Amino acid sequence: MKKPQFSFMSLAIGLVLLLLAASMIYPFLYMLAVSLSGDKYVIKGAVTLIPKGLNTKVYRIVLDDPRIFTAYRNTILYVFVGTAISLAATSLGAYALSKKNMLFHTAFTYLIVFTMFFGGGMIPTFLVVRGLGLVDSIWGMVLPTAISTWNLIIMRTFFAGFPSELEESGKIDGLNDFQVFYYLVMPVTKAIFATIGLFYAVGIWNNFYSALLYLRSQEHFPLQVVLRNIILAGQVRSSNVTSVGGDQLVVEESLKYAVIMVSTLPILLVYPFLQKYFVKGAMIGSVKG
Amino acid sequence: MMPEGRSNRLMRKLNKDKYLLLMQLPCLIYYLVFRYAPMFGLVISFKNYNLFKGVWASPWVGLKYYRTFLNSPDFFELLSNTVLLGVTKLAFAFPAPIILALLLNEVTATFLKRFVQTVSYLPHFISNVVVASMVLTFLSPSTGVVNHYLKVLGFHPVNFMSEPGWFRPVYVLSEIWQHVGWETIIYLAALTAIDPQLYEAARIDGANRWRQTLNITLPCMAPTIIILFIFNVGDVLDIGFEKVFLLASPAIYSTADIISTYVYRVGLSQGNYSYAASIDLFTAIISLIFVFTANFLARKFSEHSIW
Repeated sequence: MKKPQFSFMSLAIGLVLLLLAASMIYPFLYMLAVSLSGDKYVIKGAVTLIPKGLNTKVYRIVLDDPRIFTAYRNTILYVFVGTAISLAATSLGAYALSKKNMLFHTAFTYLIVFTMFFGGGMIPTFLVVRGLGLVDSIWGMVLPTAISTWNLIIMRTFFAGFPSELEESGKIDGLNDFQVFYYLVMPVTKAIFATIGLFYAVGIWNNFYSALLYLRSQEHFPLQVVLRNIILAGQVRSSNVTSVGGDQLVVEESLKYAVIMVSTLPILLVYPFLQKYFVKGAMIGSVKG
Repeated sequence: MMPEGRSNRLMRKLNKDKYLLLMQLPCLIYYLVFRYAPMFGLVISFKNYNLFKGVWASPWVGLKYYRTFLNSPDFFELLSNTVLLGVTKLAFAFPAPIILALLLNEVTATFLKRFVQTVSYLPHFISNVVVASMVLTFLSPSTGVVNHYLKVLGFHPVNFMSEPGWFRPVYVLSEIWQHVGWETIIYLAALTAIDPQLYEAARIDGANRWRQTLNITLPCMAPTIIILFIFNVGDVLDIGFEKVFLLASPAIYSTADIISTYVYRVGLSQGNYSYAASIDLFTAIISLIFVFTANFLARKFSEHSIW
């Protein structure tokens, strides 16, 4: 008796969810299609999902832009150095914090959790960073955001679940805490290192705030700053873009989309492979959130 | 005798934990330098900070900058813009992932469920610069797709990003688009923890799916919802700086200029450090009061709270 009503509901819910999924993915497909289409189709607004008059002209312009090349190189450098530092500091700190009988354990925990509710804010942080001489260098991009409290708590929760018998047997064999961590804990908890490393890497790849505050010279700019300059501040035409014919305004549109695609592509490409790690990380974080 | 015994114990413990403490050290240094030093740096808000004299040698001015801020003509607009944006976000973007989680929970086809989840997480990993770029180009009055379709449907094109009235809806919608899928994960985890026997019992009592949601699912999710709500209340004044900064333009400052973008402009662009820091501290304290109040109320009216 309830069956028809139930299946109607399921159908409606399914449709709503599919529409939602479409709204998430369509913008990317649209940008890809426009950036790969010929000028005249873009001008007519004839491109919806499939590129028309397929060509890669705008991508060649984007990749030839020296600003993009430098920014790409900077971003990759920041991601590698930053992730390494963040992951090392976070995992060591999280492991120590997961030992409830460690000296000062409670004090350290309060010290860290308190920062989730109160902070110095933009200006005092800027003055500290500048006082340390980190402005306009890679360290300004990497150190002020080195540890995310959220990631630290996720890792601590994870390490707290490590079987203590294994650690004790290591201790009996004469390993110190650091060796236990390095030889016993790390190999078993590789997944959490991958997950948190990815969180940090994506965070640094997307970090615009630090660059805006702490970087001054163009040679240090990461992708996000160049992206913003090109798209939001309208500095599309740098050196060799002026020669593009047709309706400049519309060509700018394909150019902008190409810049977005180029700077987002690494994340879009690796995302399907990494998704399950991300989700696992978020789940662990939520358990004791 | 006693103090010596205690300090001996401390030394022994110190020696036993020396490697752990050493491992904790980089983390501790980070928090002291980049999280606590700025808190003490807030003292410049009570001083007339001078770049060349440094923090300690600069003269004290008491509450001068607080008075200036509270009396400035910008104060009311900034505070109301910030609170309105924060509250609008709380009202719409907070329930969105709960609703999505409930919808996903009703889906029995695993493939559909997995597909929707995978796709909806994606925007969370896109940078704010990209999202802001997408919003601005899609909504552009001359070349944007949205206005293209408005024209096709016979409407007048709307200049979304230069009309103050559109800023809040556009911002909140983009926030939902960006984070709804990701935030759903926590609620889905809470859903899987619900004992299936409860549903069975309810079915025997004749409850339909709607009643089951109302009387079992939502109460079981309540602890998660309340805790996340408290965190979100604390963020009402602390709206993500990046995206507002990227989306706002002088034309729409009457709705889009919020405290953090103002602090950036006054403090970093104009070098008015003390004044900007006083606004920072003012906001941080109000946020703290929000969190405490929300937590107090949650503890009073339900058993769930952060502490």
